[in-house]
Amino acid sequence: MRSDFVTREVLTGLRRNVTMTVAMVLTTAISLGLVGTGLLAVRTIDATESIYSDRLEVQVALTQDVSAADHDCTQPICTGLKATLENSPLVASVRFESQQQAYERFQELFAGQSIAEIARPQSLPATLRVKLADQNAGAEAVRQAMADQVGVRTVIDQRDVVGKLFDFLAGVRNVTFTLALVQAVAALLLISNTVQVSAYTRRAEVGVMRLVGATRWYTQLPFLIEAVVTGVVGAVLASIGLISAKFLFIDDLLAGIAQNGVIPPIGLLDVVQTSFYLLPIGALIAGITGYVTLRLYVKV
Amino acid sequence: MIRLERVTKMYKTSTRPALDRVSVSIDKGEFVFLIGPSGSGKSTFLRLLLREDVPTRGSIFVADLDVAKLPRRRVPRLRQRIGCVFQDFRLLPNKTVGANVAFALEVIGKSGPTIRKVVPEVLQLVGLEGKADRMPHELSGGEQQRVAIARAFVNRPLVLLADEPTGNLDPDISQDIMLLLERINRTGTTVLMATHDHSIVDSMRRRVVELDLGQVVRDESRGVYGVGR
Ligand SMILES: Nc1ncnc2c1ncn2[C@@H]1O[C@H](COP(=O)(O)OP(=O)(O)O)[C@@H](O)[C@H]1O
Ligand SMILES: [Mg+2]
Repeated sequence: MRSDFVTREVLTGLRRNVTMTVAMVLTTAISLGLVGTGLLAVRTIDATESIYSDRLEVQVALTQDVSAADHDCTQPICTGLKATLENSPLVASVRFESQQQAYERFQELFAGQSIAEIARPQSLPATLRVKLADQNAGAEAVRQAMADQVGVRTVIDQRDVVGKLFDFLAGVRNVTFTLALVQAVAALLLISNTVQVSAYTRRAEVGVMRLVGATRWYTQLPFLIEAVVTGVVGAVLASIGLISAKFLFIDDLLAGIAQNGVIPPIGLLDVVQTSFYLLPIGALIAGITGYVTLRLYVKV
Repeated sequence: MIRLERVTKMYKTSTRPALDRVSVSIDKGEFVFLIGPSGSGKSTFLRLLLREDVPTRGSIFVADLDVAKLPRRRVPRLRQRIGCVFQDFRLLPNKTVGANVAFALEVIGKSGPTIRKVVPEVLQLVGLEGKADRMPHELSGGEQQRVAIARAFVNRPLVLLADEPTGNLDPDISQDIMLLLERINRTGTTVLMATHDHSIVDSMRRRVVELDLGQVVRDESRGVYGVGR
């Protein structure tokens, strides 16, 4: 195989229909950019889940009278509940938060807002904060053990609250993957079409090549490489897009929630690694599309 | 060198065969005219030798290769042993004369030094020395056909097939082309030329295979065009 020959043919091929090449590259880039966004969403979901799985608690809120009477969980109802929880193998640890402590945390959380001034310590329940040893079955076990017990008002699983956040992230993931799919179809059709046009404009060359006994490699490789180059350039553009997007708005968007530790921030390394996957994905998909097109539509 | 055994070619869209039980044997180094009126099957004959198409029945051998049974991936090897020229030259209009000839070698993987050595030689052989940098449209029809012959011959094929190579040329230019084909034939290359140009066939006095409605109606060793008609 003569590489100078192939290089020359590919370059003339790409130059010959520049508008088509540009359209092909841009569509591929957008498609891959969306794939990258989706991958980052997945990565964030995973990271968030792992942060929360060891931090999330089940809160057992105590009734008004118990909360008011017992400030350090030394009276029978509270100690009884605490002991029950601590005896469960699914529970890692139990911590008591008194009305006063709850009030202080509340003030901290809503500092400067009018709700902070309205709240009284008496209106907040004391809670038993349960860290689970078993993340899957633990919450349900606590709920069952505490249901109908004297002194228990409600059981709140924090994961029900955080679930909404996960739903949102999963939504981002689904939307970007769907858009990526639609764009990918457009990109595939464009690549396929370009290969066909390219083969048509080069039919005289291909005719001569066949006549003088060039092998399939020589007749097809320029078209394949043309497609793969498109895929790779598209992936590079997509990567540049992702990295710029990180600095231009993802950082701002996540700044608030990330600083509170609700969502881990998306690091440059994450983006670079994701971009790294896009390269082979782009090259492979473009190459396969080109190959299939040649097989199906083009006599070379 | 070339052998056809009871070769029949039926095109799907046609009711009569384009070739009908054709048996012909051509030795190495022969110069053979394939004649007959338009539609008699001459181009089909050449296309089958090149494996552009496969016969409906019968077998074809070119230089020990069983052409009809050749697996697809071996076809390039067959075609590298056969040079080919046509009435319409089929040069690449955006390449120079030299690049057109070099292209035929590049695409079968010949090295740069070989190409730079061989291309000027073959251009000299066909009488186009000094015209390597011209574009095809700057040349006369006869000169363009010489480029096509140079391209067909540059890889030193065993066989040169020519399908009405003088069909677009004036008679005296045609004579020059025939002299060139004779010269190529003298290097030991088997030449098979399809034509319906009477004067050329009559003046050359070479072997004549005549087709009519796809059948061989005459095979004469030093024939002329018109006899028996
Ligand atoms: N690709 C084809 N499909 C169908 N019929 C064809 C095809 N090529 C040639 N033919 C028919 O086969 C016959 C022989 O054609 P051809 O070999 O081109 O003859 P020649 O070269 O002597 O003029 C003609 O009747 C022609 O119409
Ligand atoms: Mg013909």
